[in-house]
Amino acid sequence: MKIGILALQGAVREHRSVLQKLGAETKDILNPEDLQKIDGLILPGGESTACGKLLVRYNLIEPIAEAGRSGLPIFGTCTGLILLAKHINNSSQYRLGLMDVRVERNAFGRQIDSFETDMSIPVLGDKPFHTVFIRAPYIVQADSNVEILLEYDGKILLAEQNNLLAAAFHPELTKDTRLHEYFLRKVKSAKKYLERGRDF
Amino acid sequence: MTVIEKETGTVTVKRGLAEMLKGGVIMDVVNPEQAKIAEEAGAVAVMALERVPSDIRAQGGVARMSDPEMITGIQQAVSIPVMAKARIGHIVEARVLEALNIDFIDESEVLTPADESCHILKTDFKVPFVCGARNLGEALRRIGEGAAMIRTKGEAGTGDVVEAVRHIRQVNEDIQRVISASQMELMTIAKELGAPYELILQVKELGQLPVVNFAAGGVATPADAALMMELGCDGVFVGSGIFKSDNPAKRAKAIVEAVAHFRDYKLIAEVSKGLGDAMRGQSVARLDEKEKMAGRGW
Repeated sequence: MKIGILALQGAVREHRSVLQKLGAETKDILNPEDLQKIDGLILPGGESTACGKLLVRYNLIEPIAEAGRSGLPIFGTCTGLILLAKHINNSSQYRLGLMDVRVERNAFGRQIDSFETDMSIPVLGDKPFHTVFIRAPYIVQADSNVEILLEYDGKILLAEQNNLLAAAFHPELTKDTRLHEYFLRKVKSAKKYLERGRDF
Repeated sequence: MTVIEKETGTVTVKRGLAEMLKGGVIMDVVNPEQAKIAEEAGAVAVMALERVPSDIRAQGGVARMSDPEMITGIQQAVSIPVMAKARIGHIVEARVLEALNIDFIDESEVLTPADESCHILKTDFKVPFVCGARNLGEALRRIGEGAAMIRTKGEAGTGDVVEAVRHIRQVNEDIQRVISASQMELMTIAKELGAPYELILQVKELGQLPVVNFAAGGVATPADAALMMELGCDGVFVGSGIFKSDNPAKRAKAIVEAVAHFRDYKLIAEVSKGLGDAMRGQSVARLDEKEKMAGRGW
């Protein structure tokens, strides 16, 4: 199983080491041709404005959006969530626009309000999941085709829409690998289905 | 709904923001207009300050924390993180910056030091700090005080990258020494480097610094920035190099691209075309020892 990691900027190394620990191969994605022969894609945390601009400059928006529309499993964390969203409050920044959600950037405030805490995420089992939020966004509103996996105080923090998974927090900054495992299971089941005819 | 216990200002949260800036460029700006140019060029953060290092060098006088009004203006102008500098050891400047909700404080040798014996105890703060270092011992002393990010000191305001190269090479060499040493030798190395023993053990275990390490001090061109990435830096600060050049918007964008693709030499060639003159700069070799900023702090 080979997972691409968008490597323009941000927490690339952390995602890479979690995936490798779980036995997946990884590939850094810097240019459109890198998207060939991957089974899944991670959009890591970083600075969303900068990432959005680099995506445009290297003509990555349309190829990634097209792969996502064709069923490539994509997991976005923090900045990745913003890039996946169709709507971003008060922002015209570049995005992939794949998920039917509206997000608010820096929604908890500036760095001084960044925090970590334990949250209960039913799809990951009974044990609470330690979540780290850094100048984090959250989903303000999601269409009915979006499955909400974690919501707190009216803020949607983890959501799934078919092949897409998006978290407002940073699972790559903690030792708990359950969310990455959850994504790899998605990749595995998509792979079975996709092998019948598609290649990215 | 159960109420969750949010922990703010933790080591993970502070170091985590630095992790998110990796592979990016942080640019010195002196007003909201420059901050917007930097954000538009793809900077991952801006450093708000009153005078860029080359002006501080030229004009002399005491360099202090910036006017809070200017900092607030920049915070309102952009949505990327805003950093600002406090003088070495100046606890109150740092507290003022924290009260302004700044995202990161640079306890910086570019400003005139306020305390010749102590650096700020950064673990006391909820806001993360970045500090300059010339070698592993200095980096680990700052991390011991609570720095969440390290940068080379380089020689700010010169446009000469030689000192930044010297500092990252020294840090790398020291780390290699720790990695290849036996457990028995580590206390001796800690003593020699003047570094906290526990942090030497961490470096041994991780094979790298426990925090992100950026380049700073003298980066003036896209090739300079890519060189620092090649030498193992996680990202780049550019001070005077952008807004003291002929075409700041274009140069800023070119440096961002060179950092993201630091081994794509065709791309670096392409983005380096027609940038106009880089900052004029001055060779570090011709500076007097007392004119150097890197010697400030310990």
